[in-house]
Amino acid sequence: MDRLKKTPIKEQCAEERIKNFKEVCLGYTEEEAIKEAARCLNCKKPLCISKCPVSINIPKFIQFVKEKDFESAAKAINEASSLPAVCGRVCPQESQCEGKCVLGIKGEPIAIGKLERFVGDWSREHNVDLSIKSDKKNKKVAVIGSGPAGLTCAGDLAKMGYEVTIFEALHEPGGVLVYGIPEFRLPKDTVVNHEIENVKKLGVNIETDVIIGKTVTIDELMDEEGFQAVFIGSGAGLPKFMGIPGENYNGVFSANEFLTRNNLMKAFKSEYDTPILLGKKVAVVGGGNVAMDAARTAKRLGSEVHVVYRRSEEELPARVEEVHHAKEEGIIFDLLTNPVEIVGNEKGWVKALKCVRMELGEPDASGRRRPVELKGSEFTMDIDTVIMSLGTSPNPLISATTKGLERNKWGCIVANEETGSTTREGVFAGGDAVTGAATVILAMEAGKKAAKAIDKFLIDK
Amino acid sequence: MYKILSKRLLAPNIYLMDVEVPRVAKSAKPGQFVIVRVDDKSERIPLTICDYDREKKTVTIVFQVVGASTKKMADLKCGDYFKDFAGPLGQPSELVYENIEELKNKNIIFIAGGVGAAPVYPQVKWLNSIGAKVDVIVGSKSKEFLILEEEMKKVAGNLYITTDDGSYGEKGLVTEMLRKLVEKNNKSYDLVVAIGPMIMMKFVVKLTEELKIKTVVSLNTLMVDGTGMCGACRVTVGGKTKFACVDGPEFDGHLVDFQEAMRRQGMYKTEEGKKLLEQQERKEGHVCHVGLGGEE
Repeated sequence: MDRLKKTPIKEQCAEERIKNFKEVCLGYTEEEAIKEAARCLNCKKPLCISKCPVSINIPKFIQFVKEKDFESAAKAINEASSLPAVCGRVCPQESQCEGKCVLGIKGEPIAIGKLERFVGDWSREHNVDLSIKSDKKNKKVAVIGSGPAGLTCAGDLAKMGYEVTIFEALHEPGGVLVYGIPEFRLPKDTVVNHEIENVKKLGVNIETDVIIGKTVTIDELMDEEGFQAVFIGSGAGLPKFMGIPGENYNGVFSANEFLTRNNLMKAFKSEYDTPILLGKKVAVVGGGNVAMDAARTAKRLGSEVHVVYRRSEEELPARVEEVHHAKEEGIIFDLLTNPVEIVGNEKGWVKALKCVRMELGEPDASGRRRPVELKGSEFTMDIDTVIMSLGTSPNPLISATTKGLERNKWGCIVANEETGSTTREGVFAGGDAVTGAATVILAMEAGKKAAKAIDKFLIDK
Repeated sequence: MYKILSKRLLAPNIYLMDVEVPRVAKSAKPGQFVIVRVDDKSERIPLTICDYDREKKTVTIVFQVVGASTKKMADLKCGDYFKDFAGPLGQPSELVYENIEELKNKNIIFIAGGVGAAPVYPQVKWLNSIGAKVDVIVGSKSKEFLILEEEMKKVAGNLYITTDDGSYGEKGLVTEMLRKLVEKNNKSYDLVVAIGPMIMMKFVVKLTEELKIKTVVSLNTLMVDGTGMCGACRVTVGGKTKFACVDGPEFDGHLVDFQEAMRRQGMYKTEEGKKLLEQQERKEGHVCHVGLGGEE
């Protein structure tokens, strides 16, 4: 065995997978997982744990996998995380746990994410009961939003014995896990639903179709419905547009709309009613994970797809694995390219994208080299659909309808980093609603910390 | 799941339903809308709130069958359930926030086209409840399609009815009626509120620009989530992009880019849209299923 090489993992081949929405990565078999787990050096001072936002005891669960005791492995992860099958799939491990793995210095780090995923999947397939319950505390906590932050916070509070209700605006719980991340990265019927069911099994009540700030306000929940604390995990769901001419032509979508139609409303399945429109040549503007998701989704719907990004490949904010998958699938990358106008036909439908070439100038305050327009480099691409994937910001609905809740100039709720406490007593917040668009695991970390702080707040009260 | 407590056929293909939905009934205000979904496979359909009863915990919706999805809704019977019923969404009518005494002294006229009578009704009813009698013009294709006449009569000041074919009320369009009221009957209005098909609102706005009367319209754009997370409903108002679901649905009619709004509303039913969808359908090898109708 070559200790420095990752155990390879099976994937659907690119030609096959662009014709379906099934998961690309097929996951480890038991034998493969055991083999990969055997590479772990079981460090005395494991650096991997320090880079996991929820501090999973990684060597501990990996040793259980090595011993073929998958149930104990699942329980070891569950001490820190209730969403292993999700996080194993979507965490940017290269910059977290795997980024610090000692084996990574000379060779390839342990495939921690893939092992976590294996354990998560195994415990689902074998109905491992992970529920932990404590004595009832007879205190009600409201959680707003059922994305990763809300689910984690609610799960932890329920484990502590609180009576928790999650309020979700959409018709299905899961937040970005159901409307944003596509099937081919994160299967809904199996993985996401199961992890939500696990949270429900802890006694968490989920009320869908409730838009906080419209259907009911936080003030009403606290004053009239007896909730003694509130956690806001409403995410950052407000799409940005570029503000260039032609953005309202027919055929221009936000990535949120495109992905919601496809993932949540299942427009790609013929038996579902929601339509989706896509031309022969699609431009996805942006370079983050959402852009990759939109591009790869468009490819699967049968279009030629271009990712248009103003910096170079090195600066692409998307995960390396996703960029790699996108390239394998035939997505064309138009880098150092910035759209300046969307051109429409006489009927108001997109027919072209006017762009300029860019070059990288001096690093800016964030250390990234700033893209500068190359004079006279304007050119036109024939395009009939444009998907804008420029990032999102928090929806102001909740902060605008809650007394005493402060937000910063980016519209994010102001909250203490360690506790999630906001400017309003009894109201806590975390995840993208506080940080702006970030990652699933960071939202979970915030949910965890807030659950602890809410517990303390309610005990002291 | 939200139970349908009553269902009535108001006119050919136009239905009224009272749905039990306690939270929405408690917080609904005139001018707002809901998003409904019939079952697991259905699309999300925006519908303006037509009425609400806080005691009975019901919200009333009125809809016209225009495509596959509204047909599915029409097939629901009394005692059946909607899978989802979310709201209230959007901004309430601005009138709700005005000083009641000032409001009573204002001359307001509502103009409703077709099913637009349904969203006009709660506003007129609310105004009546605070002691403000407002005029209402209801335009309909023919007598057969006229809805909520009796209800409207009870709460409106003067009710004027027009039909395209002259089968009832005055023959002609709502705009002709408004012109007549202002120019022949010497009526003066401080505010026009127009709700109906986009094309009707566009012509009302054109007329009131000439008559110099402030005009509010309620835009029935395409929507998906209805909470501001996608921008499917975006419209240009006064040169700025707005999301009808959170900034509206009511806007200053004189600032709305109607040409763009109408074009975007038809995205899934225009030739280009159909062509694109058909291409895709052919590739997938199945017959057209999508709700090409556009709703409301």
